Amino acid sequence: MAKLDFPVGPQHPALKEPENLRFSVDGELVVDADIRIGYVHRSIERSCSERNFVQDLYLCERVCGICSNAHTQNYCQAVEAIAGVEIPERAQWIRMIMHEFERIHSHLLWLGVAGHEIGFESLFMYVWRDREVIQDILEMVSGNRGHYAMTMLGGVRYDIAPEMVTKIREGLAFLRQRAEYYADIATSEQTFLERTSGVGVVSGETCVQLGAVGPVLRASGVAFDVRRTFPYLQYDKVEFPVRTSELCDVLGRTLVRVQEVIDACDICTQCLDMMPEGDVNMRFPRKVPEGEAVARIEAQRGEVIYYVRSNGTDVPERVKIRTPTLANLPASLEMVKGGYIADIPIAFASIDPCFSCADRMVELNDVSSGDSRTMTWAELVKLSRRKS
Amino acid sequence: MLNGLVKWARGKSPWVCHLNCGSCNGCDIEIVAALMPRFDLERFGVLLEGSPRHADVLMTTGPVTRQIRDRVIRVYDQVAEPKFVVAVGTCGVSGAPFYPGYNVLGGVDSVIPVDMYVPGCPARPDAIAYGVLKLLGTLDPKADALVKEIESRRDTTGLVYTPSEMAEMRQANETSLGQTAARS
Ligand code: SF4
Repeated sequence: MAKLDFPVGPQHPALKEPENLRFSVDGELVVDADIRIGYVHRSIERSCSERNFVQDLYLCERVCGICSNAHTQNYCQAVEAIAGVEIPERAQWIRMIMHEFERIHSHLLWLGVAGHEIGFESLFMYVWRDREVIQDILEMVSGNRGHYAMTMLGGVRYDIAPEMVTKIREGLAFLRQRAEYYADIATSEQTFLERTSGVGVVSGETCVQLGAVGPVLRASGVAFDVRRTFPYLQYDKVEFPVRTSELCDVLGRTLVRVQEVIDACDICTQCLDMMPEGDVNMRFPRKVPEGEAVARIEAQRGEVIYYVRSNGTDVPERVKIRTPTLANLPASLEMVKGGYIADIPIAFASIDPCFSCADRMVELNDVSSGDSRTMTWAELVKLSRRKS
Repeated sequence: MLNGLVKWARGKSPWVCHLNCGSCNGCDIEIVAALMPRFDLERFGVLLEGSPRHADVLMTTGPVTRQIRDRVIRVYDQVAEPKFVVAVGTCGVSGAPFYPGYNVLGGVDSVIPVDMYVPGCPARPDAIAYGVLKLLGTLDPKADALVKEIESRRDTTGLVYTPSEMAEMRQANETSLGQTAARS
């Protein structure tokens, strides 16, 4: 039978974000896949070098609405490294707690979406109901349901008060128990197993070759977690296992994520126990000395890398962001190849794609093959017009 | 008579199509959260629909990027008349904080007309629900009564803005900005 090409997107019922996918199919089988991104490119990196260090904090936060805290935290880590500032210890623990809260909320969100993609709507509803518990905790601690603006240069904005701690512990206990229940569902529910086991297979070797990160990499049997390999904040003081799975398929990725929710609850509890008293923030100089730094952290989708260069003024010269989704996209295309058309949504969703993260990079990569800093504003505008 | 029926059905059960024009996902997940068990927009008959051709309300998130601009217009044209647009999120309202980046054209209303603005970064699910309900109020007297009741019970200023309120606010902003500029 002849091959058939069909495009999906940018606006499509199965996609929550605008991107354009092209599939070549032979009957029911997908033989080739390609992706075109860039619809959500918002010129963040360029804008970063036009605003000062404090304003950039809010801009970087808005790279992604789901892993916003990871972005601010990473940005702060890089800038603080350039300035040679050591933030108060209590602030470090609170940053860790926020980091893990965000992991819980994001993984639960993903689990719900995965349920939706395989037509398991009741799972979707249940998970999103439980997710409201962590949303309430986040709102209580930071004042907002998304974009918490908790991390600031030199520490964190708010302290965690003793009366909050009781509520947080209750919420975590509840979530931990629910996560165990979902782990049970994922391994015993026949509907779920049929739709996920053996779907979207990609081997560990391919993952490493294609540069996949995060749960996608770990679910293919490669034990790599930045929190363990290159500990930041106080991660060397808490106990947690690096979850891996040898299954290499969607089921494996689900299990890794659900188990990470359980671990995240445990890490938060440990943090609450070990947190010392003290200040949560300190004065941070407006001007950052000349220098450059790279910071890496393990966000919920994988490793995020920030590169910041300062020229001694209050405006950074360059901020470069590498997000996990972009690293995972090549692996995701491998996943859908050779599978059925009906499995495309779940195989694709299994990397937890976030195009608002990935898209910021696309055109800048094109630009940087020339020298991006020698381009004038008008040239950039022209380039972006041509590209769209 | 048929017209009356259609109007009644639209007021009772508007179908919403979600369009992401370049948002950071924060508002998108809040829209989904608004449809979930806790806030449950579906009790007002609101249904999330994939195809713009079947939808009555277009819910947009995010600023308009250069690359998505033509697609936004195309999707808007596909929505059946009479169509309503709800701009969700601060960046959908004004383009901030991404505007004036080279790839960002500004708020959604720089490309298509907007009928209800829901600011907030991200917009809260209850604000989104309230915005949709207020829009329904213009179609269905019962929903209007509900809106009035909510307004009598709690302070809703600043939760959502109608186009005329938004225009007024922008005018006021411009005047005050002009004064500041003149002073400095
Ligand atoms: S308003 Fe804020 S949360 Fe919503 S899409 Fe824009 S940047 Fe994201």
